[in-house]
Amino acid sequence: MTQLSYRAAFSLIVKRDLMIAFRHRDDIVNPLLFFIIVVSLFPLGVGPESTTLSRIAPGIIWVAALLSTLLSLDRLFKSDHADGSLEQMLLSPHPVFILVIAKIFAHWLLTGLPLILIAPLLAVLLHLHESSYGALMLTLLLGTPVLSLLGAIGVALTVGIKKGGVLLSLLVLPLYIPVLIFATSAIDTAAMNLPYNGQLAIIAAIFFGSLTLAPFAVSAALKVSTN
Amino acid sequence: MSNLNAEIETPVSNTNTLLSARELTCIREERVLFEALELNISAGDIVQIEGPNGAGKTSLLRILAGLSQPYDGTIYFQDKAVAEQREAFHQNLLYLGHLPGVKGEMTAQENLEFNLALHGLSSDTAEATLAEVNLLGFEDALASHLSAGQHRRISLARLWQSQHKVWILDEPFTAIDKLGVEKLEQLFVQHADNGGCVILTTHQDLSLPAERVKKVTLAYRFY
Repeated sequence: MTQLSYRAAFSLIVKRDLMIAFRHRDDIVNPLLFFIIVVSLFPLGVGPESTTLSRIAPGIIWVAALLSTLLSLDRLFKSDHADGSLEQMLLSPHPVFILVIAKIFAHWLLTGLPLILIAPLLAVLLHLHESSYGALMLTLLLGTPVLSLLGAIGVALTVGIKKGGVLLSLLVLPLYIPVLIFATSAIDTAAMNLPYNGQLAIIAAIFFGSLTLAPFAVSAALKVSTN
Repeated sequence: MSNLNAEIETPVSNTNTLLSARELTCIREERVLFEALELNISAGDIVQIEGPNGAGKTSLLRILAGLSQPYDGTIYFQDKAVAEQREAFHQNLLYLGHLPGVKGEMTAQENLEFNLALHGLSSDTAEATLAEVNLLGFEDALASHLSAGQHRRISLARLWQSQHKVWILDEPFTAIDKLGVEKLEQLFVQHADNGGCVILTTHQDLSLPAERVKKVTLAYRFY
């Protein structure tokens, strides 16, 4: 029996998750569409005045990104748990850490990355300040993986519960708040042409912290949920 | 009780013992399913766990596979506690639960190939293996278009490729037709003769000779 290397196991899971997502496109399109709809409704509701819009643009984009991630979290482990493939993964000879991080990476590719790609376009719609685009992209690049990583802990904890939707939001949203605060603050600071390295460094710290610790929490939570 | 424990602490060293359980106790919903259960499963054994619904058959299998934690007791694989050698144990374990673990969005062949690859087995012969379980012609059909019995067959197909020593199968015959059951029974005997062991639950009577099958009976306990 040949033992798969960690990298092979990682790419095996990522490929499988991407394949499933592309055959079941609703899962990719729904959160993205939600993001676009929420952001594009604001100019209609608040009025097209560019000063107001550009003032609230960072908040709107980040809150919408946060909620659309929350919307997509369920499919991270739910369907695998429901059809028994999660059990099979936990019983495979690979460290659960590798499997978990592969699933989270696939989730980010399917939800975080599309958000990052579409965000500049929506920022134009909201008259985001010109000098803020760099900060917007950087905070999204560092922040959206955090949303997937921290969200995975919540999903892993609630995966065994039939209707865990509300519980999931209650568990996960408070954890998202630091990212929201520092990200919007960085974008605001950039609009004033001031350095925003500090906020960015804090988001990066949160990212690396959750990248190293969240998979352990997720593995432990999955073991409890399948018990 | 503590004296007894001390004696049992070191399992009898028997080179043929694959999987053993010592002092296993399982409590579910404040009901003791089994208490101080002792199991010794050697290479070549086919063990059928019997008992009425709710007696704890699935719980026992999940504990043996390491998916659930027992209230008390330890599982040993080749005389070494499973907790100390998770990866080595999982390399030798094939567990099939109630749920087939088949993805509706993938084809029969993709499902099998993924399952084989995940367990480090070559997936080159996946097509031939599907033929073994009568799924020839359905390789490229999405699993969501197949029946429950066919799902079960996709997940069972990996048995033909398996090099794992320990097979733990929870109701493997569910939704499988008569001919399929016969074929599986033959495969179990072949696997046991090759030095593996099979632990299964089923409410059907196995057609294997009685001396070939060891039976463990769990009684339904009301307290």
